[in-house]
Amino acid sequence: MSIPSSACNVCLGTALREIPALHDEFRKDLRVTGSGESTNQTLEKAGRIDDFFELAQVMCLDALTREESCGGHFRAEHQTDEGEAERDDENFAHVAAWEWTGDPAQPARPVEPLEFDNVHLAVRSYK
Amino acid sequence: MSRELNLTLKVWRQDGPDAPGRFDTIAAPGINDEMSFLEMLDLVNERLINEGKEAIVFDHDCREGICGTCSLMINGQAHGPQRGTATCQLHMRKFADGDTIVIEPWRAAAFPIIKDLMVDRAPLDRIVEAGGFITADTGGAPDANLIPIPKPVADSAMDAAACIGCGACVAACPNSAAQLFTSAKVGHLNLLPQGQAERHQRVEAMVDTMEEFFGSCTNHGECEEACPKEISIDFIALMNKDYLAAKFKNRKLLSRK
Repeated sequence: MSIPSSACNVCLGTALREIPALHDEFRKDLRVTGSGESTNQTLEKAGRIDDFFELAQVMCLDALTREESCGGHFRAEHQTDEGEAERDDENFAHVAAWEWTGDPAQPARPVEPLEFDNVHLAVRSYK
Repeated sequence: MSRELNLTLKVWRQDGPDAPGRFDTIAAPGINDEMSFLEMLDLVNERLINEGKEAIVFDHDCREGICGTCSLMINGQAHGPQRGTATCQLHMRKFADGDTIVIEPWRAAAFPIIKDLMVDRAPLDRIVEAGGFITADTGGAPDANLIPIPKPVADSAMDAAACIGCGACVAACPNSAAQLFTSAKVGHLNLLPQGQAERHQRVEAMVDTMEEFFGSCTNHGECEEACPKEISIDFIALMNKDYLAAKFKNRKLLSRK
């Protein structure tokens, strides 16, 4: 079965539009019983889910920003004719991290380039 | 085929260590008998939240009987009616339609209630800190059979190491003693060659720390009955033997700074 090309950016775009709306709804329309005065496991769970919305958002943004396929990151629009991952070493041979800026939609992305002096990057073949 | 149970729960509710507590009677209809006890409580909590009420606070983590986090007195028995089973692995099929189930937290002076069914078991950590370790450099995994250990000794050490530190022994004991827990922790190290360097220091430090928090053992044997890992009270005898030897050896004074 071949994976339809250009499916991922559409899905990720949709997710990035829907997650902030869901997060907003979660914050406005939420039932947490009890209070913050003593141990409250319901409140603990709500706090974790609140974090998961931000995590989901940055994961989608990360996958959408990385215009290549590599290892566990597979973007359907970046594949060879045989369905293998297609890397873009020109633009993505680096280590990147997302930095919290206060706005979950606008995190910063500091980058450290990866340099390979002795063993150069190649494409692995299982054939 | 699974059955549906209609139960009545009498649950201990308490806002904090110093707050007065009370039993809340909560109807729990339509409980699938394939649920675990904790899943039943999850469902009851979901219903309470939907009614705008506060959920019952209870401890739980792995839900596969290995972490020692769950801790309930069910109808007066630590971890409920099934032998050798932690609360998380107790299933509702052990109960009958129409039953009233009384659910309480561990009751012991050393375990203050945090809230509802959740208690603070930190004194067990204090005992382990006092001697539940070895200081020999173990390095990488040694070759098998490099250190010869007779099979019965290895088996016995493994039995002691099965202790998950849940505190059921303390909750079941009329004296709130922690001898079974401490003896399991002492035993699994004192039986093995790697544990010999600190053998006497360990037992003395752990027993003395235990006595700061817990009551005294009078050989009731309730702990062995309640233990979800069925640890034998023989380990208490082994611990007492080592403790007596440690007092003669006076290692505590030798290691004094």
